[in-house]
Amino acid sequence: MAEFLLSPPLLLMLGSVVLAAAPRNVLPRTVLRALLLALPVYSLWRFWGLDLGDYAQFELFGQTLTLVRIDPLSRIFVVIFHLAALIGSVYSFYVKDNFQPLVGVFYAGSALGVVLAGDLWTLFLFWEVAAVSSALLVWVRRSGRAAGAGLRYLGMQMVSGVLLLAGIVLLRHEVGAAPGWAEFRNLTGFLEDGGLGFSNLAATLIFLAFGLKAAFPLLHSWLIDAYPESTPAGAVFLSAFTTKFAIYALARAFPGQSELIWIGALMTAFPIFFAVIENDLRRVLAYSMTNQLGFMVVGIGIGTELAINGAVAHAFADILFKGLLFMAMGAVLYRVGHVNGSDLGGLYKSMPITTGLCIVGAASISAFPLFSAFATKSLIMSAAVYKEYFWLWLVLLFASAGVFHHAGIKIPFFAFFHHDSGIRCKEAPRSMIVAMVLAAAASMAIGLFPLAELWFGVANPFYELLPYPVDYAVYTKTHVITQSQLLFFSALAFATLMRTGLYPPELRSVNLDADWFYRRVGLRIWDGVATAFVALHRAGYATAGRLAATALETAQRHLGPQGFLGRSWLTASMALWVAVLLAAYLVVFYWRLG
Amino acid sequence: MAHHDHGKHGGKSYWLDRKGNVAKVFYALIAVDVLWLAADFFYKKKAEFDAWGGWADGGFGFYPVYGFVGAFLLVLAAKQMRRVLMRSEDYYERRRDGGAS
Repeated sequence: MAEFLLSPPLLLMLGSVVLAAAPRNVLPRTVLRALLLALPVYSLWRFWGLDLGDYAQFELFGQTLTLVRIDPLSRIFVVIFHLAALIGSVYSFYVKDNFQPLVGVFYAGSALGVVLAGDLWTLFLFWEVAAVSSALLVWVRRSGRAAGAGLRYLGMQMVSGVLLLAGIVLLRHEVGAAPGWAEFRNLTGFLEDGGLGFSNLAATLIFLAFGLKAAFPLLHSWLIDAYPESTPAGAVFLSAFTTKFAIYALARAFPGQSELIWIGALMTAFPIFFAVIENDLRRVLAYSMTNQLGFMVVGIGIGTELAINGAVAHAFADILFKGLLFMAMGAVLYRVGHVNGSDLGGLYKSMPITTGLCIVGAASISAFPLFSAFATKSLIMSAAVYKEYFWLWLVLLFASAGVFHHAGIKIPFFAFFHHDSGIRCKEAPRSMIVAMVLAAAASMAIGLFPLAELWFGVANPFYELLPYPVDYAVYTKTHVITQSQLLFFSALAFATLMRTGLYPPELRSVNLDADWFYRRVGLRIWDGVATAFVALHRAGYATAGRLAATALETAQRHLGPQGFLGRSWLTASMALWVAVLLAAYLVVFYWRLG
Repeated sequence: MAHHDHGKHGGKSYWLDRKGNVAKVFYALIAVDVLWLAADFFYKKKAEFDAWGGWADGGFGFYPVYGFVGAFLLVLAAKQMRRVLMRSEDYYERRRDGGAS
């Protein structure tokens, strides 16, 4: 029993539920917060003591389900999800209400359930729990926009769940048994058998289910739509889990699937155009997240050990630096009330610490040498070079320059520098700063470990956590120089565009994206269908009413007091009619006999 | 929740507030870029791709040119996208009957 209750997913989920249910007078806020932080710490410590293998198996409807399966791929996600739960909780202590960290830790537990699931049914269960609990983190903003965005978000997450369920059921039909670990790992095989069989269809549905949560192009707009509508803390939790366990699921089930290369390449490239013209700086970060997920998807598509290592390492690093950037913009949102690039500027005077930490996040996402993405994205880039994907490499290089442009420069520049907007506010609350320092320190550590290994021969604990052994030199002369050249000249382009006035000004606006199709076109179609339905209903109702009235009138005429059938009749006429009936009966009887 | 406090630090002048200093930052960036470009003279890169005569990843100045031109064109292209994609801030909030623009 303890094996179940103390497994990372259930420990975090049940723990947060118990804490939420505890009466306030029994559990003062500070004690509750201490216990809440202890949950991920204890869970990670306990997890660390476990060897690779299966734990917490149980029978359900004659099938063996595995709650916890630890292997090198799931292990690294378990570690980072615990860290994200911890950092997110610390960050969210800026409000007195503990609702957000409690839901956040619960949501982290469901994400742990996804990456530890030893079969597809268990995966599906946590897939759905994560969808619902994360929607709460959108709604917690308690604004009209957040209500709508949360509903659309939940709808899209449910579509992913339905696709996954349909895929699993079809797969069960095909293999004749509960799809377990073997099927989960062989989805690439099913997808590539090329036939139109159920297993192929099943794998396709599951591929799309994973792809929706990994923000594949055209399936991505739920992310852009919902995350920026959440609270400062809500967005930090949201940015960590759903998209990353989708990356885990793709890496588990579809490594080396060549379609992923070009899907990923598209994901790295198109969002940066939107990010340049987006005014809401947290929405810029959401676009930038799609772009970073693209790098991971490319890595999974290439599928070599180096590439998968790169994809997983980049997911780990992204949770930290994207979390850090969301935290910095969250701090601005909290202090100023909005994060519109058009109305900010000069905040470095009021929030110098947040500014510095934001710049660390910006340097990390831009893959500057010494910062985290340099030690993670390089693995993916090199994997593309080794497989001689020239055009892919060019796209990734362009996207790398673009990341620096919109996330590395635009975010800190328009929020903290640019023209002084005249806004003077307080520095971010202490809990926010502590959380940002933790994320910044971790981001820098990831970037510095390979250097420590190179110079002092210290083993790199981060690379040792990756699913495959790492034989890769990050800090070569060529890497450092070429990456710096790319980034500094990208910066020069930005500075030149600013000084010449060619740079598009930040404008209060929204830009149409794929969600337009369901928020406008879809809504119009829905309106049309609904109007037609109402008209049909009215017409049917009117016709039915007329028919009923006619029937009633006819009945009234014939059966009413004056009606032909309702009148009083003479006894004699009744006797006459009985005689007629009897006579008719006799005639028929003789005719039948004859 | 918002703590606007205009003018509290109004008297304090910052280094970046002076226009000349912003220009200094720009020129410093140009100087750094020149140094990074010059770095290509001092070491030998091994070209992994044959494309473009090996210039793509082995030649002089490829990364600086690609970084500058890529970022420049990115912004100009995105600027043009606004013509098609940009709507007013309350585009999705407006009532359905009068909402089309």
